[in-house]
Parts: sequence; structure tokens; C-alpha cells
Amino acid sequence: MKFVDEYRDPVAAKRVLATIRELAGTERHYKFMEVCGGHTHTIYRHGIEHVLPQNVELVHGPGCPVCVIPMGRIDDAIAVAETPNVIFTSFGDMMRVPGGNGTLLEAKARGADVRFVYSPLDALKIAVDNPERDVVFFAVGFETTAPSTAVTLIKARDDGVMNFSVFSNHVTIVPPIKAILDSPDLRLDGFLGPGHVSTVVGNHPYRFVTHDYGKPLVTAGFEPLDILQAIAMLLRQIDEGRCEVENQYTRIVRDEGNPRALKYLAEVFELRPHFEWRGLGFIAQSALKLRDDFAAWDAELKFSVPGVRVADPKACQCGEVLKGVIKPWECKVFGTACTPETPIGTCMVSSEGACAAYYNFGRLHREAAVTLGRASIPVTSA
Amino acid sequence: MCLGIPGQLVELDADNDQLARVEVAGVRRIINIGLLEDEILEKGDWVLIHVGFAMSKIDEEEAAVALASLKLMGSGLDDEMEMLRGTAS
Repeated sequence: MKFVDEYRDPVAAKRVLATIRELAGTERHYKFMEVCGGHTHTIYRHGIEHVLPQNVELVHGPGCPVCVIPMGRIDDAIAVAETPNVIFTSFGDMMRVPGGNGTLLEAKARGADVRFVYSPLDALKIAVDNPERDVVFFAVGFETTAPSTAVTLIKARDDGVMNFSVFSNHVTIVPPIKAILDSPDLRLDGFLGPGHVSTVVGNHPYRFVTHDYGKPLVTAGFEPLDILQAIAMLLRQIDEGRCEVENQYTRIVRDEGNPRALKYLAEVFELRPHFEWRGLGFIAQSALKLRDDFAAWDAELKFSVPGVRVADPKACQCGEVLKGVIKPWECKVFGTACTPETPIGTCMVSSEGACAAYYNFGRLHREAAVTLGRASIPVTSA
Repeated sequence: MCLGIPGQLVELDADNDQLARVEVAGVRRIINIGLLEDEILEKGDWVLIHVGFAMSKIDEEEAAVALASLKLMGSGLDDEMEMLRGTAS
């Protein structure tokens, strides 16, 4: 794996860390939010928090698609799944998320026909293979996965598969970033922009962060060195008095995104007036519903969806974790009542959730820091 | 689902330009390449796959890095591969 060595190169990591130390100085505290759950995972997996100077703090954002789904939507999903004649299909992650009325996995145990799928196209195939059944796909995810659902729906329409429908819970990345910037809870100095969402939407949608809020944003990749480089780029912008959208992940992300994927999204979906987010409450125009042209494949129109609102359990602080207000280990039930085996909140369910990432890897911080190039050894000033 | 998994194109579908056969860590399956219609894709190219769709064309180096990252993700790679295998064709 000669390629990989380059990204885990202790010397390179040490060099970037030296730059970070130099730019961060000691006078001021910097707080950056990584929007994407994949970044959170890398940060905990590699002990990045451990090697940064103490005055450079990372807080975790809302970019975990499983985590932000409110409990009521899970109950709605279960209600559809328990409708006679339905085959309900879902990504594995969503099966274990508790709603007010248990999980999809528990609904399956009670007799509902709930099946894992890897791709929305697999759900469509189940519909083709079972023409006498109603097959519903539980669609979740940001703009990374929404184009896949869009292409699947276009195929369902073109092939005339009428026993297939989608329960759309797709969300968009910009509104929660704006909600966090508008929230009085948190003072941030900049953002690590999400990597794979940006392959679809590009870098232009983030301009409001710099233009309207005066915060720099750097789109970042998922390797430890990517994260470190992006932090250095944020600090350099601040040091030089710049405030821009920059792209660290140029290997994959283009400024204009993927126009083809955006075209499919626009053809199939439109913005909902409002959508409830776990922890962030209702956010206007933050989620995607099917356009009228696709009404025949819209599970929310085809089935009776209760549309219940369920408050999070009192003990659960996923909302505050998702807004970056508290760290996972500061939650009252973290690691005691709430573990990956018996999750109370969504952040403990998904591998991209901050709590699961910290629970699984946080304890390895020290060891990981050493692997990352003995980078925790203070860099002596030359 | 957001991390993606790298796969190498082993065969483009002559009858359907939306489909291609890829190899992912030794497992072969059909994926949809319709979202990369604006790219030139050839046998041997690498793509980053999300939920059965090629989302980005990547180089061999990026593919190796992405796969190594997934391997480090605890059950990340196992889960992806299990799902992928379940629907391999």
C-alpha cells in the first residue's frame, strides 16, 4: 500500500502540525466545525483532537444523515412497514434507529416484511420481482445519496413499475449550516466543508458562509492529513485576513459539483416548505419531497402516514451533540444507558455518528496519536 | 453510506450505457454509472461508489486510500461488503 503511506506519512503530518501551531499561536482560541460525520469519524479514529494545539478545537456538526432523522419519521416508517402487503426496504443503518414505537428491526420481529438493501435499485428490483406486493424504499441522506434515489425513481417511471414507492427523508446540506450559524449557542471561527456531498453540490453553495456570515470554509477530504491540511488552510485564511470558500479535496470535489446529478435531483425532487431535524427543530426548505410528476411513486401519498411528532427521550442529548454544543462524552447517558449495542439516540447508532465514533475509537486516542507520526511530541521551535 | 467504496470497472454494459460491472475488494457486481455520463469511463478506471451508484471518477491512488480508510473504520468495510455481496451479480 505504497500510496497510503503518503497520506499517513508521519513527516508530512508533523510538518502540517507545525504550520498549524505557528498559525494558531497561543493568544486566541479557534473553534472549527466539521460538518460531515465522515470527518468526525476520521478525527476520532486517528486521534486528531489529541495532536492539535489546545487552542484549536473541533466541534462536530449535523452531517450524519441517520442522526438527523427525528423519531417521528421512524414511527411513520414503521407504520408504512406494518401496512398489509408492504415490503419495506431500508439501508442497514436505519434499521436500528429507535422511534417512539421501537425500531424497524423490532417491527420486523413482530412480522413486518422489512428488508435491508444496499442500493435503491435493489429495492426497485424487489418490486419488479414481487408485482403483487407494494415495495417501499426508505430514502435517507444528503445530496450524496439523493441523486441515486432520483435515478431509481426515473427508472421506475420509465419502466412503469407502479408497485414501487419512496418514503423520502432526503435532506440538504446548506440549511442546517445556516441554522447553526444563526444559533446563539455557538461561536464558530470556520467550517471544514463536507467532502462527498460537495462532489454533487460543488463549492458554490457555501459562499453565503463567507459572504453573509464572514466565516471561512474549506472543503476537506477524509484522510487524517486532509483534515490537518484543511485546518491549516482555515488558520491561514484567518491569519491573512481572508474569508473564502476553499477546496482542500480537489482530488474529487469540483467547484461546480456534478451537474448531471443536480439535473436529476431537480427533475425528481422539490424542496419541502419545512422539515423537522433532530436537535435543530423545523428548518424551512431543508428537505426534499417528490415532485407532482412522481406522485404515483410517493409513499407519503400512497399510504397513510401518521405524521406524528415525538419528542426525544429526556435523557438523550443528540440534539446538542448535533449542534456541536456538547461533546459526546458530556451527554448524561453516554456509554452508560446509551451504547452502540443499546442506543438511545441516533448519534450512537450510525458509524458516522459522533457518539458511536467516540465510543468505538475515542479510547484509542493516545495510541492513534502515536501512529499518526508521534506528532504529539511538541515541535521544537527552530 | 456517505463514505463510499472504491471499485474498478471491469466491464461496461454494451446494451445499457447506465450500467457497468465493477470489482470491489474482490467482489463483482453491477453498478449504475449514469451519474458520470459526462465523464469518459473505460475498463480499468476507478470510481467511488455510493449505494450502488458511481459518484466520482478517482485515480488508483485515491482508490487505495479510500479502501484503506474503510478498512480502518472498524465494521465499516465489513458492513459495506456484506451489503454489496448480498446483491452481487
